[in-house]
Amino acid sequence: MKSPVRYSAELLSDLYRKMVRIRQFETSVGELFLAGELPGFVHLYLGEEAVAVGVCASLNEDDYITSTHRGHGHCIAKGAGIKKMMAEIFGKSTGYCKGKGGSMHIADFSVGMLGANGVVGGGINLAVGAALAAKISKNGKIAVTPFGDGASNRGTVHEGMNLAAIWKLPVLFLCEFNQYASTTPAAYSVSVPSVALRAQGYGMPGASVNGNDVFEVYEAAREAIEYIRAGNGPYLLECRTYRVKGHFVGDPEMYRSKEEVRQHIENDDPIANFANTVLKNKWMTKEQMDVIDAEVRDEIAAAVHDAREDPYPAPDQLFKDYYIEEGA
Amino acid sequence: MREISFSEATLEAMAEEMARDERVFVLGEDIARQGGIFGQFKGLPDKVGAERVLDTPISETAIVGAGVGAAMAGMRPVIDMHFADFIGVAMDEILNQMAKIRYMVAGQCTLPLVLRAPDGIVRSAAAQHSQSLEAFFLHIPGLKVVIPSNPADAKGLLKSAIRSDNPVLYFEHKRLFPMKGPVPDGEHFVPIGKASVVREGSDVTLVSYSLTMHRVLEAAEALAGDGISAECIDLRSISPLDKDTIFESVRKTKRLVIAHEAVRQGGVGAEIAALVAEEMLDYLDAPIRRVGAPFVPIPFSPALEKLVRVDTDAIVAAAKETCR
Repeated sequence: MKSPVRYSAELLSDLYRKMVRIRQFETSVGELFLAGELPGFVHLYLGEEAVAVGVCASLNEDDYITSTHRGHGHCIAKGAGIKKMMAEIFGKSTGYCKGKGGSMHIADFSVGMLGANGVVGGGINLAVGAALAAKISKNGKIAVTPFGDGASNRGTVHEGMNLAAIWKLPVLFLCEFNQYASTTPAAYSVSVPSVALRAQGYGMPGASVNGNDVFEVYEAAREAIEYIRAGNGPYLLECRTYRVKGHFVGDPEMYRSKEEVRQHIENDDPIANFANTVLKNKWMTKEQMDVIDAEVRDEIAAAVHDAREDPYPAPDQLFKDYYIEEGA
Repeated sequence: MREISFSEATLEAMAEEMARDERVFVLGEDIARQGGIFGQFKGLPDKVGAERVLDTPISETAIVGAGVGAAMAGMRPVIDMHFADFIGVAMDEILNQMAKIRYMVAGQCTLPLVLRAPDGIVRSAAAQHSQSLEAFFLHIPGLKVVIPSNPADAKGLLKSAIRSDNPVLYFEHKRLFPMKGPVPDGEHFVPIGKASVVREGSDVTLVSYSLTMHRVLEAAEALAGDGISAECIDLRSISPLDKDTIFESVRKTKRLVIAHEAVRQGGVGAEIAALVAEEMLDYLDAPIRRVGAPFVPIPFSPALEKLVRVDTDAIVAAAKETCR
């Protein structure tokens, strides 16, 4: 038994605030989408908040993270600002990508967030490359690459894990095992009960934790990140979670029962789990959490208000941020 | 001027740029220990240090993906694809990542990356080791594509590609590697996007690039013997295409032939023909002719392979048709 981790008031408040920020942000995005206010389509991180938040709490601001099509949570957990995120999702010129990327491509390089990715498994080798850059330039940074049980079946994952392992690259392969790849259950599509079992095949450590318990995630990630930062090479951490919403907002979800979803929400919600733990241990009070809830509500309301008012990109932006003049 | 091989010219470019900029590194299969399967990396680790010449496993997806990620993190990778044909394995990384990320994130990063792809028919390598695939990449916004035909351009374009802040695909014909030619001493650059008029003429414009450029120059010589004066343009870059140089020549000669080793259908020639037809039709005295491979995979047997290769006679015949 390891010595118990001591949680400072600051860390607890940060973990809670970020989870609530993701929860409220995503809830709001879902409502806005159904109200017809958002272009494109959106994939929500609801129910998976503890994974990104628990992992990113042990990263430095200049460490790298890549992301997936379900990337809003990774952005928020890594420290991206919700105003520019919301504006991007609205397709406005004030967004992180000036309206050129949208929900599936939000990036904030100033906090090491290298962008969400519309191709499942597309971010894996970008993180391997960022880790390679860190290793070559000996700058001490590490890279985290979240991917789902669906992406775990892609060849990119195999090649990336093997390459990271032979070169001992500082990368954390973070499997967000959320049970569904679009409509396909992991029980059908993944050859092993836990993706962490595959770590052995690459000669790297693997661990699996309850991804709906932010404390379990935090402690496992901290250990993994320490291992990686010490120069030991990559690590595979699986966080078991559950995608409580459809693949995208508007998904009719014919592939699972409402009862299954209800059970998960009622019995294993990451924010409720957090509240139970902190109240039981008297680490935080209900009132402290209520204050954070209210502050985040105001933040989100302001972000939505601004995003609605902000301008769309002007036509002259079409060819901007594109090729760079040669010899410039 | 001194003469060195195409392969040596690329090696000089690599060594010079890697010595100049620590962020430049190269990764690929069989490049460090082996020196590249065509010898094009021979001795590079000794010159620039082993830690920047990285042998990879056979993992094209990871090689290209990691190159993109490293570029996003501030490095300037050069990736060797072994054979251009293997680009198919890493196509998502090229199409959806390399070409698009800078634009999708509104310029938060640059993607200074060079992908070197040895292409073309050599010694019966058959359908999966012989292709010329450059036209695919003419169709993908976000990439630049260069394709030298001689040692001087090989060096100049590779140095420009490494210094470029854009992702550049660098196609190099396998049969060009041993070919010798004059290369200026020291720093030598060829600008990306600029074609070269390598032979002036007045009756017909012959546009080509890479190995086929040499067939075009032979054709021009043969045509001269028949009293036809051919102007020869080496494109050197196919994205962006140097429209101005092509148009200026067509304005003068009023006839156009485009020749390349790649399949004729949907090839670079098709794009050039369309551009000229759209904007220069009034200048033309004859229909545009395209010379390229027939629409068939490249066969193994030398008896069949020679039937898909673009030869000098085909170019001469096409040029004569335009001059009838």
